[in-house]
Order: sequence, then structure tokens, then C-alpha cells
Amino acid sequence: MSERKLHPAVAGAQPMYRAENDPDAPLFEGAYKQRFDDILTRYPDKRAAILPVLAMCQELRGWISSETIERVAELLDLTPAYVLSITSFYTMFRPQPVGKYLIQVCTSIGCDLCGAENVVEKLLAATGTRTGEISEDGLYTVIEVECLGACGFATVVQVNERVYESVKTETVTRLLEELR
Amino acid sequence: MAYPHSHPRETRILSEHFGEIEATTLDGWIERGGYKAVEKALGSMSREQVIEVVKESGLRGRGGAGFPTGLKWSFMPKDDTLPHYLVCNADESEPGTFKDREIMRWTPHQLLEGCIIGSYAIGASHCYIYIRGEFVDVIPVVNQAVVDAYSRGYLGRDILGSGYSLELTVHLGAGAYIAGEETGMLNSLEGRRAEPRIKPPFPAAKGAFGMPTTVNNVESLAVVPHIVTNGGDWYRQWGTEKSSGTKLFSCCGHLQKPGTYEIAMDFNLKDLLYDLCGGPPEGREFKAVIPGGSSVPILAADELDAECSYEGLEAAGSMVGSGGLIAMDDSTNMVHAVRRMVEFYAHESCGQCTQCREGTYWAAKILRRIERGGGREEDIPLLLDISANMAGKTICVLSDSAAAPIVSSIQKFQDDYMALIAKGQHAAVGT
Ligand SMILES: Cc1cc2nc3c(=O)[nH]c(=O)nc-3n(C[C@H](O)[C@H](O)[C@H](O)COP(=O)(O)O)c2cc1C
Ligand code: FES
Repeated sequence: MSERKLHPAVAGAQPMYRAENDPDAPLFEGAYKQRFDDILTRYPDKRAAILPVLAMCQELRGWISSETIERVAELLDLTPAYVLSITSFYTMFRPQPVGKYLIQVCTSIGCDLCGAENVVEKLLAATGTRTGEISEDGLYTVIEVECLGACGFATVVQVNERVYESVKTETVTRLLEELR
Repeated sequence: MAYPHSHPRETRILSEHFGEIEATTLDGWIERGGYKAVEKALGSMSREQVIEVVKESGLRGRGGAGFPTGLKWSFMPKDDTLPHYLVCNADESEPGTFKDREIMRWTPHQLLEGCIIGSYAIGASHCYIYIRGEFVDVIPVVNQAVVDAYSRGYLGRDILGSGYSLELTVHLGAGAYIAGEETGMLNSLEGRRAEPRIKPPFPAAKGAFGMPTTVNNVESLAVVPHIVTNGGDWYRQWGTEKSSGTKLFSCCGHLQKPGTYEIAMDFNLKDLLYDLCGGPPEGREFKAVIPGGSSVPILAADELDAECSYEGLEAAGSMVGSGGLIAMDDSTNMVHAVRRMVEFYAHESCGQCTQCREGTYWAAKILRRIERGGGREEDIPLLLDISANMAGKTICVLSDSAAAPIVSSIQKFQDDYMALIAKGQHAAVGT
């Protein structure tokens, strides 16, 4: 876990999907308390810190539980209902746990034209899951997402903090092996 | 590593150093002449002079709307004491668009230079780069550039002894296309749902945190250092009177060589498609092309002999938009393609306006029904009716964007609709 001190300008801009997370990890302690404080210095009010702070919680715990929502609400002087209205609006916040590797396949038009649907099917078959489920070994969750902004490299697949470009049905097996 | 598919017919200003890994570092960037423009602007130009040269260049916003950048900057108050903000729109989420990603991952300092100069021009004390959270491979590159720029005194207090101070923060989105709309972005930055605001007030009067704010696209800002260094006339040597300079077109779909290409704005669309992008896959023909991201009208194969300027693509029946070109060859069923695009808008609608929330939902549903063989002939006028009710009636233009592919596909590819409807009815009779 990143104990290295981050520059305050980027303290709130860290990836929120990590393979190593712990649903019971303490929130806002040690280096993370420092990051929380640094994030707050970058905005004129507390509410503005909500996205980076929630992202930091998800980075640690892998998903956003109601307990997390309550903690964040308390720290930012907001109501839990308000925080929930944010986590449910922005699609990157996970309302329940996911596999160690969250595999997000773009099926928007650019990737769709290049066979994204087949890639999804192949990934689901290879992981033995249905969309959104966690595989039996706890390793994989496959979901379809909208445009990931790399459309010329179709099909685009994002796994946690990595982007895989030009994924074809034939390369799916290799991609999964690489993850293990 | 050579950047994928560069072409001698490109005019590479922004993309000159794409593919050079050293250009991503501060030292590498300085070796390539980087930060000279910042020194020039902050050291020897007034705020007004910077705005003036950008006005002279004719630069128009590259985020989609094409509003003149210098003019937008001139709307910011001059003699007030309020804090001003520059928000760099790096939310790039429009299907087909992946040009800002290339700027950020190959030339992050080019963007930072633009942010610093832009902030100076509008008197901003703080610049936020709002990057979509999904850009997991781009974000660390930008972060590193920001940290390095701080450490070398290009950001922070009294930049290069100029007396001008600027804080810059990288702010991540968390999954919402609508946060790319500028007032949606301001709400999102403030920690709210990214619901667009009714304008006026415009951001220059009342933007982020209620303060005067300018929102600019990544590409608009990244080209500013070049204009500051070389002058407005220099930039005008490319393109047309109304569309000066160069533009990045990110090209995807059915192409031999998809990728991001930088062309003078008077470049011909056909040349872009056949020459630079290598044409359609072997043995295929183009059926349809969307030149500016999924929000702009679809062009048919016989409409492609057009100039890639704002006025040229408009005359052809479409728009420059974000420059996200989507090519579809003759294997494409247009009902399927449009269904996928409309589902995107249905998924991304923020839900504030009834026309958009309901319109995108029902249009997607009808398109799915047609594609699956349950369509009726009345579905065509129904889709057109829904589209008419969606355009021009909402707080932001997401709703109009969803209507564009529906209407243009029905105008130009009605056969695809009728064939599916007929096939469905035929099948129904057979059962
Ligand atoms: C639904 C919607 C999504 C948008 N998404 C983006 C985007 O991802 N990036 C962007 O720069 N502009 C986007 N825009 C345009 C912005 O509202 C705004 O015009 C632009 O950021 C202004 O910058 P510019 O003047 O430099 O082009 C979007 C607009 C709409 C209506
Ligand atoms: S369409 Fe797949 S990344 Fe844009």
C-alpha cells in the first residue's frame, strides 16, 4: 500500500481499483489520514472532496459499504443520504464487493463495431460467471461498460489499474492467464 | 517506439512528439523546447496580450462546441477581487473520442503549459484538471508531470519569479459522461451530481464554487503554448478563415489504420479516411461515417467528399464535434449501431429533464425491439416524433445528441430499418 507521501496536488487522484484491497481495512489512518487532510486543502469547501475521498475508500476496501458512506458523511459534514446520492450517480463506485480483478469491457459503438460482444461472451465463459458476478475462486468479475476513451484500440478492456488494448476473442485466455 | 500510423500528410503541432517516451518527462520536454511559452507569457506578456494572441489565432474550442477560445477568456472579469478558476475538461467520454488521452499520455507537459498560460490569461489562482477516473493509464503520467512541474517552479508560488502564483490540482471523475458538459463538470467538481446547470449565469460570471470560471478542453489548452510562441498568424496558416489551425481526429471503427491523426482543418474527409486511415478493411466499402463523435449526425458514403472544417462538415450535414471519427463498413446494420449509441445516452442521461430521461429510454427500447424482429412500421414515425421532442428542449444538449443518430439514420438508412421490420413481420406470420 502506498505509504510514500503524495504531493497534495495529486493526493486525490489515485486509482480506485486495486487487486490488493481489504474490505475491513481501517479508513483514514496513517498515510490515508494524511491524504485526506491534503485533499481538503485543495478545495474551498469540504463537499468538493467527496469524489476523491470516496475513491480513496474504494481503493482501500474494494467497494463502498454503508459503513463507508456513514464515515464519509460524518467527516465531510454531509448526510449519508447525500453521500449515497453521489455513489449511486457515478458508475465507478461499486455498491457491492467484486472479484479481485474487475474486468470492464467497453461495448460502446467503437468497440462494438470491432466485436466487443464476442469478447464479453468469451470472458464470461472463461471465468464461468454471469455479468457482475464474482467467479467461484473470487478472482474475477466481468462487467460491460460504456466508452473508455481508447476507441481506436478496440476492444478496450480495463482490469483494475490496467488498460488492455486491442483485445480479441483469441487473446482473452492469455489476458486471464497474465492476471493470475 | 513509433507512434502508431503517423502519416506525412498530417500537420503535427500537438502530436509532434506523440510516441516519444522521453517527451513525457520534464527534462525531455524542456529539451524539446518545452516551457519556453510559459516563460514568454508570464515573463513578457500581459494577461490581455495573451488573450489577444489567442483571439488572433482564431482558435475555437476543441471540446465539441467550437466556441472561440480567446473570446471565452475575454469574458472573465478583469478588475474584481474574487478568486478565478480554470477547469481543464479532460473527461473525454464521447464514444469515438480518444484524442485528449493521447495528448495527456504522450505530452502531459504540453497540457500543463496550456493550463498555466490559460490560468494566467484569465487571472486564475487555481486550475483543476478534471480527468475521467477511467483513464487509469493516463492519470499517473499527468500526476508525475504535475509533481515535476511543482518541483521545478512552473507551478506554485511566484512562478519563475514572475509574481504570478498558481495552484493546480488533478481531480478525478468517477464515471459519468455528463460530467463532460461544462456546467455538469462544475457541479461535479463541487462534490455534487454532475447535473448541468441552467445558463445564464455562464461560468465566467458564476462558475466553480460560485466564482468566475472558464472551462476548456484539453486540446484547446494544449495548443495555446504553440500560439503564444509563434503568434496568431502562424496558426492561421493552416485551415480556413473560420476554422484555423489543426485538429486532432481520433479515428475508430472499421478502418485499416485506426488512430489519432492531426490534420489542417481544411483537410478532406475522404483523404483522412482513405489515405491516413488506410480505408475500410480488405474487401469492404464504407457505409457510414460519423466525423465528430457519436453526438453528431451520421454521413452516408456519398457524403464523404467534405472539408473537415467547422463550416465544411456542417455543409455536408454533420459537425466537427469532438473529432471522434467512427467509420462503419457495409457489414454494419445501422439499426444495431444506432441502438448501441442511443443506449449509451440512455445510460448517461442525468435524468433532470423529462424529454431526455424518457426519450432516450423509450428510443433505446424501440430500437432494441426493431433489432430483435419485433418492429412495426409505425415505429419509424414514432422514433422521429420522440426525437423531435428531445431536441432543443432540455438544459443541456445530451438529449439533442441522442436524437442526432436516430434522425440521420432514418433519413439515410431507412432500408435497414424496413428490412428488419419486414423480416420480423414475416417471422411472426410464419409462427
Ligand atoms: C453531454 C456533453 C458532454 C460533453 N463532454 C465533453 C468532454 O468530455 N470533453 C470536453 O472537452 N467537452 C465536452 N463537452 C463540451 C463542454 O460542455 C464544453 O463546451 C467544453 O469543455 C468547452 O471547452 P472548449 O471551449 O475548449 O471546447 C460536452 C458537452 C456535452 C453537452
Ligand atoms: S468505444 Fe470502446 S473505448 Fe470508446
